[in-house]
Amino acid sequence: MKRILHAFFILASCLTINAYAADYSVNGFVQGNYSFGTETSNPDGGDFKWAEERAQLKVEGAQEPVRLFLKADIAFDHIDNDAEVELREAYIDLTRERWDLRAGRQIITWGLGDLVFINDVFPKDYEAFFSGRPLEYLKKGVDAVKAGFYPDIASFELVVIPFFEPNNFPDSNRFWMFDPLSSVTNRTEQEPGSTLGNTEVALRVYRDIAGFDTSIFLYKGFHREPSMLPDSLAAPSRIELIYPELAVYGMSLQRSALDGVAGFEAGYYDSLDDRNGSDPLIPNSQTRFLLSYQRQLIEDLSVTLQYYGEYMHDYSEYERTRIVSFPKKPRYRDLTTLRLTYLLLHQNLRLQWFSFWSPTDRDYLFNPEAKYNFSDNLWAALGANIFGGQEDTTQFGSLDRNDNLYMQARYEF
Amino acid sequence: MLKYLLLLVAVLLPLNALAITPEEVMKSSQAAFLYPGKDFKARVVMRLVSKSGSERARELTMLRKNYGETGGDQKYFMYFLRPADVKDMAFMVYKYPGRDDDRWLFVPALNMVRRIAAQDRRSSFVGSDFTYEDVSGRDIADDTHEITKEEKLGGSESYVVKSTPKAGDTDYGYKLSWIDKRTFLPLKEEYYDKRGTLYKVFTAEEIKEIKGFPTVVKRTMKNLQSGHSTETVFSKVDYNIGIEDSLFTERYLKQPPKKWLD
Repeated sequence: MKRILHAFFILASCLTINAYAADYSVNGFVQGNYSFGTETSNPDGGDFKWAEERAQLKVEGAQEPVRLFLKADIAFDHIDNDAEVELREAYIDLTRERWDLRAGRQIITWGLGDLVFINDVFPKDYEAFFSGRPLEYLKKGVDAVKAGFYPDIASFELVVIPFFEPNNFPDSNRFWMFDPLSSVTNRTEQEPGSTLGNTEVALRVYRDIAGFDTSIFLYKGFHREPSMLPDSLAAPSRIELIYPELAVYGMSLQRSALDGVAGFEAGYYDSLDDRNGSDPLIPNSQTRFLLSYQRQLIEDLSVTLQYYGEYMHDYSEYERTRIVSFPKKPRYRDLTTLRLTYLLLHQNLRLQWFSFWSPTDRDYLFNPEAKYNFSDNLWAALGANIFGGQEDTTQFGSLDRNDNLYMQARYEF
Repeated sequence: MLKYLLLLVAVLLPLNALAITPEEVMKSSQAAFLYPGKDFKARVVMRLVSKSGSERARELTMLRKNYGETGGDQKYFMYFLRPADVKDMAFMVYKYPGRDDDRWLFVPALNMVRRIAAQDRRSSFVGSDFTYEDVSGRDIADDTHEITKEEKLGGSESYVVKSTPKAGDTDYGYKLSWIDKRTFLPLKEEYYDKRGTLYKVFTAEEIKEIKGFPTVVKRTMKNLQSGHSTETVFSKVDYNIGIEDSLFTERYLKQPPKKWLD
């Protein structure tokens, strides 16, 4: 990681010397972002899920065929009372006629799901999403090299990630969550080491086929959600958090249909460390799929509907070996989403509704939001995250006590 | 009497045969306004002004390429430069006559390409008083056309064409267009609502000849009901610059080609 950054800054300084003669731009914003728990106080007694001021600087320099991009944040967090500098993105682009290369920290988004991810195997920050931060913070950058090849037959994107980056989940001081081994506080996290064998590789091949935007995806790497490995099942005293190996083979199709846009995405999650499903601590292999449909109902009002399903393979093995003190997972889990977006007042006001609702888990997340652009530079948004469910062990059911009301205000320059 | 009548017919016949039909006027206008050149680029600055005088700006680079004849397929790129919250956002549009566009949107903060539904061409374009149709055109066959009169407008001889939508699902009842007889550019358009009241006016305020193509470089759409108006100015206009077929792909939606953006 350090080596990559060093190389980057050496390249960056080389380019910035020339950049005065080339294209050069600086943009950014200052932002306030606050989220207040409306249900009950946090586990640590606080009432805010998020409270910070943040400034972002975006610097871009280009001199054909090279382009440099840097996006860095500095934030002051009122909850933990500390300041943080975060390098969101920092990469160098090399663009040729038939291929291109991007090296450095970058955000990659694949697949066609709206907040439902199958072939988007890149790291996410669910804490940001559940805390009412702006949507862009749901995605985390990866330190990677991405190469694009564009022969006539199809386009290829190859991503090589030498340094593992896990998903970020809500902080247990701020969020109430279900934990089957909550009494065991001695936990260590074991991320995959940065070895050649652990290097993650992801490939996307895409082209138009008979009016369908068609993609094929391949991935070999790791689950980004940790599995708990207790030292003893009978009387655990220590837990190791590990990231088991994973391969994903998937595809997606999308085209205009039925007066809107219809899409289908699917993926096979091959759990390489538990292929026969007999290890109760490692997720079984799964087949996941998504159907989506989007259309405009009236001017400036659009709706997106999604149906997502995941099917666990080797379920009988799972049932035979599962740990009884852990909640039993269903063979089939589904999830529906609804998004309504209404633009008003010359698109200066955006009213939005987004919801997850799972018919099998019987849980939900509702996220209404209103955003208003006071000027070309200043906007503010007010919204809420409302969680709930029948069981307190499911994804959104376990977040039941974390309802929050959030505010975002940003001045861009 | 019959002799005079025959003479009259004889005189009128060739005139009638020579007279341009309203469809031909609209087709020539479409060719001059939306299809000139094999391709086209412009820097577009829109000024959105509310009744109270508050202003918003939109700035983008537009690229267009024709595929086939006038009235045929076109592909568009729109790369946004302003305001800050849409900077580096980009639109790609494949426009087909007689059916819905295909549209894609690039969201830079998530590095994400989204296909977006596009069945309503009468929707506002980025919050302005112009609709998608005003930007990329309306199928001539969607309306019935009639030349109501010919008159001089601002020193230019023009046809006045009344276009009435065949389907009732538009936001207006009919439209009057003043089409310049020489350039076939629309000089003015008046939109009447379903009760016949004038409510929206388009005016071409400045026309320049660029590479032999008369081009409306400044235009305004004013909504008389809301008092809101949008002024659009084209600069850095160029035609036949040799935009490649391969440009209109996801690759260049995500990474705009610098050479076309200046």
